[in-house]
Parts: sequence; structure tokens; C-alpha cells
Amino acid sequence: MRKVQLMIVGAGPAGLSAGIEAARAGVQVTIIDENLRPGGQLFKQIHKFFGSRVHNAGVRGYRIGEKLLQDTKDLGVEVLLGYPVYGIFPGGEVVYGSADGVRQMKAEKIILATGANENNLYFEGSTLPGVMTAGAAQTMINLHHVLPGTRVIMVGSGNVGLIVSYQLLQAGAMVEAVVEAAPSIGGYGVHAGKLKRAGVPFYLSHTVRRAFGSTEVEAVELVELDQFKPVHGTEKMIEADTVCMAVGLTPMTELASLCGCELVESRWLGGLVPAHDHNMRTTNPDVYIAGDISGVEEASTAMEEGRLAGTAAAESLGYITETEAATRKEEIHRRLALLRSGQFGAKRAEAKAEIEKDFAMRHRGGAVS
Amino acid sequence: MGVVQSKRAERMFYMGEDRRITEHPILEDLREPDTYILYNGKSIPAITGEPIAAALLAAGVRIMRHTAKSGQPRGIFCGIGRCNDCKMIVDGVPGVRTCVTLVREGMEVETQEGLGEWRDLA
Repeated sequence: MRKVQLMIVGAGPAGLSAGIEAARAGVQVTIIDENLRPGGQLFKQIHKFFGSRVHNAGVRGYRIGEKLLQDTKDLGVEVLLGYPVYGIFPGGEVVYGSADGVRQMKAEKIILATGANENNLYFEGSTLPGVMTAGAAQTMINLHHVLPGTRVIMVGSGNVGLIVSYQLLQAGAMVEAVVEAAPSIGGYGVHAGKLKRAGVPFYLSHTVRRAFGSTEVEAVELVELDQFKPVHGTEKMIEADTVCMAVGLTPMTELASLCGCELVESRWLGGLVPAHDHNMRTTNPDVYIAGDISGVEEASTAMEEGRLAGTAAAESLGYITETEAATRKEEIHRRLALLRSGQFGAKRAEAKAEIEKDFAMRHRGGAVS
Repeated sequence: MGVVQSKRAERMFYMGEDRRITEHPILEDLREPDTYILYNGKSIPAITGEPIAAALLAAGVRIMRHTAKSGQPRGIFCGIGRCNDCKMIVDGVPGVRTCVTLVREGMEVETQEGLGEWRDLA
């Protein structure tokens, strides 16, 4: 069986950043991803990123993706594409699929950067063709340059819902409504403002009750909500051929479970996430996590967490001294703190701190340090 | 500079209409079809390297399969190979995820009924 020092599952922003960091330290890295293209969701992000200059503010997502790919190439990081990882067994045995059947590889350390799955809503007609996740619509327009529909209703006004709505407009579709169950818009005002200026109607305290159509979506019935409960008699019909759902994401923790990692519940981070310490190490001492699997955040935080996990893995493999690693990790933590501030970030910072504190308490002096 | 939602879309999405993005404020390298695939025996334009589902959507095809028990239509849902709603029969093989399977010239793509039938490959 082939042996590698560090296996990273997922070639998105977290996985690539982890690979780059570890490879810079001298670690032999293999990144594996089920998709045919690397970059995860980065190449669909045609909007400019926020934050400070160290976090690529003002740079469009796909440019950041190009830079990460160039770095992995320059450093000679192996990136295996089109290989779904089916399981990870004791001793770091990674089992993955390929065109030639199932294969195995043995890894000393593993970083799981598997990302998250999009959530969806269930309503009458929600299985009709034309109802899809916001991510599916974004993939079709920004990556494949095809409109998934022409008259769209976006459900969810978080940043994903707002950004994808605007990108649908840029691609030439009509956004008939942005529907939000809460009484206020979930995402950044700057994104919502662009939609409002373009004339997109917002339906706050509303949800989708039904989608109509004989074989595809033709119209959608909205209903007003009072304290998240439908108000009888407030139903309204809107003609549309597409319903997009941007109703949150759930961390993909299956492989972590297979590795025996303990999971903890965190409502601000998207549900169950693997318990982890300040260095992204899980309760399995050979397994680290980074990116949305450790809590749904943004590409910028995913990249920093990747660097953190990459540094920690390189340290545990003996490629960086403890002192040197401590300096690097401190810098990364400082940048992460910047990202986890403000209106939306503070809650995530709190949730992360709680997970790390809980981990430290439960594993004090144990096998995991 | 921004996008203004001014023109109301006149019609619903319908079969045969080209839904490719030909103008865009940011996207570059908008390509034109350079090949074709066969959808239920009919030739539709496609771009080498794009997923089958993209070519179908561009041609206005949104129904990929019908479910086994109740025959309900299903189409693109997740677009990244997770949900299995876009499975079709491709070159005689049922259950192929069209959102992550790339176009090849002359590829035969058929609407899948239920679990689909394997074509006799002998």
C-alpha cells in the first residue's frame, strides 16, 4: 500500500491552504478530492471579498482560487481529482474510489477539509424540476455559464441568498422575490442594497408554502409569517420558473465520524461539528479538520483554518519546531480573530471559543494534548 | 455601476430555447457550442468539457428522470453530484449523474424512467 505523510481530503480553500502550509514546511502532501476540478466553491465566487488586505479584500473569489492552485503547483503538492474517499480506517488507511476500482493509501496524518452540504426546505412541490439549491444555480451560471431558469424566487436572505441573487441578475435572470422567514434581512447590508437598487422585491416574515406546476415550476405561493407561523389569508402567488434555496449549510462530518472523532453540537456553526482544539486537532490525535467541516463560516476563515491545521500537522510530523510553530499559529489566530468580529463574526468567535474550551477541559492531560 | 432589473422576462423556461449566458459584466471566456450530444435521439449543441446537465439546461431541458414508484419528474437540484436527482441513462448506462459527467461528442443521453434499463452492451 502506498504511504504518504499527510493526506488532505478536500481541495477547497481550506484543504489547499493546509497543503500549501504543510508543504512549505517540507511535508510530503497528497490532497484528494471527489470533484474533477480543484478549488471547491471558490471558482464560483465572482464577487469581491471583504475584510482587510491580508484577507484579499477587493479580490474576486476565483482569483484567490487561481493563486492557491499556482502555489500547490509550485510546491509540488500532489492533487488527486475525481477520487471520492469512501472511508478511513484505523492506522490512517484511506479508501477511495477511482475509475479502476477501489484503492487504498496509508497516511500518517490526515486533515479533513470536506466542507458542508446545503440545507433545503420541504414544501408541496419542492421536488419539481426548477426547485434547486442556491449553490446549484450559482454553479450553473458562474461555472458553466448557463441559466438554470429565467424567473427566480430566492428563499433565504443570508449572504449566500443575497450574493447568488445578484449573480443571477448579472447572468441575465429575473429575481422575482427574495423571501426571508425572519423579520429582517440575514446578510450584509451592502449585498442587500445592490438588490434593492436593482428593484428586487424583498418579502420579509414570509416563506414558500407551495410550488405549482404540472412537470416543472410555474408559480410559487408565499405566505406571511407571524413569529414564524403562517398567517391564514395572507397567501400570494408569484409566477416563477425557478426556486432557489439558500437556507444554510451543514458540516460534512461523515469521514470524521469514521475516524472516531467526537462530534459536538453548535447552533452558530451549522449543527454537529467534530470537537477540536486550538490547533484544529480532533479527538483522534492523527486527524485535523479545517474549513466548513469545523463550522460553517467563509472562504477566508477556511483558508486560515487550513493554514492552522497544516502548521499543526507539520509540527506533529517533526518538520517545524514547537517554538516556530507557536509563532506561526499565533499569527494565524490573530488574523482569524479579525475575521470573527463584527455583527456576524462575534457569534462564531464565541461558538469556536466554547468548542475549544470544552475540548481543553475534557481532554486535559489525556492522550490528546 | 450596477445591474438593473428592468426587462421583465416574457416567457417561462421552455424546451428548445438557448439559455447560455452570452453577455456578462465579469465572466470572461464565454464559449460557444463546439460539439453535440443526443438527447432522447435529438441532437443538441454542447461545449466540450461541460457537464451533460449544463448542455441540457442550455437547451431548456429540465426534466432528467421520473421516479420509480410514482413517476414524478426530477431535475437539477444540487448541481455538484450529491443529491442524485439528475441521473439519466448515458450511452446505455442508467444512474449516471449528469451534473458531474462531462460531455463527449455524440454521447447518447436519455430520460431515465425509474431505475432505468441497461442497454444490451453485447
